Amino acid sequence: MIRSDILKDIAPILRDQLVVCNIGLPSQELHMIDDQPTNFYMLGTMGLSSSIGFGLALAQDKKVISIDGDGSVLTNFGTLPTIANNVADNFILLIIDNGSYGSTGDQPTYAGKRTSLAAVARACGCENVVEVPAADTKDALQAAIDGDKMTIIVSKCESGNIKVPVITMDPVVIRDRFMKAVQA
Amino acid sequence: MSINTKIVDDLVANDISFVTTVPCKQLAGVIDEIDTRPGVLHVPSNKEDEGMGLCAGAWMGGKRPAIIMQNTAIGVTINTLATLIQYYRMPLPMLISYRGELREPVACQVEMALHTKALLAQMNIPTYHFHKQSDAQELDMILKYTFMCNKPVAILTDANFWGGYGDQ
Ligand SMILES: [Mg+2]
Repeated sequence: MIRSDILKDIAPILRDQLVVCNIGLPSQELHMIDDQPTNFYMLGTMGLSSSIGFGLALAQDKKVISIDGDGSVLTNFGTLPTIANNVADNFILLIIDNGSYGSTGDQPTYAGKRTSLAAVARACGCENVVEVPAADTKDALQAAIDGDKMTIIVSKCESGNIKVPVITMDPVVIRDRFMKAVQA
Repeated sequence: MSINTKIVDDLVANDISFVTTVPCKQLAGVIDEIDTRPGVLHVPSNKEDEGMGLCAGAWMGGKRPAIIMQNTAIGVTINTLATLIQYYRMPLPMLISYRGELREPVACQVEMALHTKALLAQMNIPTYHFHKQSDAQELDMILKYTFMCNKPVAILTDANFWGGYGDQ
């Protein structure tokens, strides 16, 4: 399975949740598969999906799912100690780990080599860290949503991309409809 | 009233309830003061761009945010300011310790000080420079202005504002 297969698989669960989605292809794929006002698409700023989602989770009570990538977590490693030390049980970080920088041409990341993001998250003090094969992502995500405990899911999948259109929605429109969905 | 109390009183009076910090010696008193206020959630961040991500999320979640950091962070956060805070039009007061200005004892700090205002100007970020403690009278207005226009706004506070370092 590649990232877009996982997104197709979990789209029915994501539908009712607040989702902050990583820059580039992940946002474009989610937007194509099931655009929802509850989705916040990152159009820039690589690495901050977990930080934006975590800030949102700390500020209000609804569940928040940040969809991140291995390359993006590597670029913002400081996020993991922050998450670990300010626990928000309405926060789920889903790291889709395809071992490559997918949006830029599938250059390998260190997460696909010797570095385990799950082990790093645990070392940073995160308590509920699960690593699953791609096919089990849907069940792991549902369990995390049902569990009411802050959870980090590392979903290991193959690298590869599908053809998707870019998101042409204005950022202020994305943000405004997302904020209305947060308040609804 | 101490300047730290005055600054944090203004943050609280403007409904700021989420603050992230990357510390600076000059800002230690403000950060301590924030930790005495139960209505303000203080989440230290490890890097200032991470902190701006937290602030963006907190704001979308209904809390008014602020970030407290050194001016060296302008070099770290240009991309985040442009593609997150400005692009999605979000308010972000940035209380900035302006190192490398008058009464600075560490020469290297001058290097980023020289670029700070030029970078902020290049980014079209409204910028205020507190050089003496009476300048802080404007803080309340600056905060209101920030949340009126939904922009990042820089408040530079130099060593002279904080009373300098010992005999410097
Ligand atoms: Mg990847």
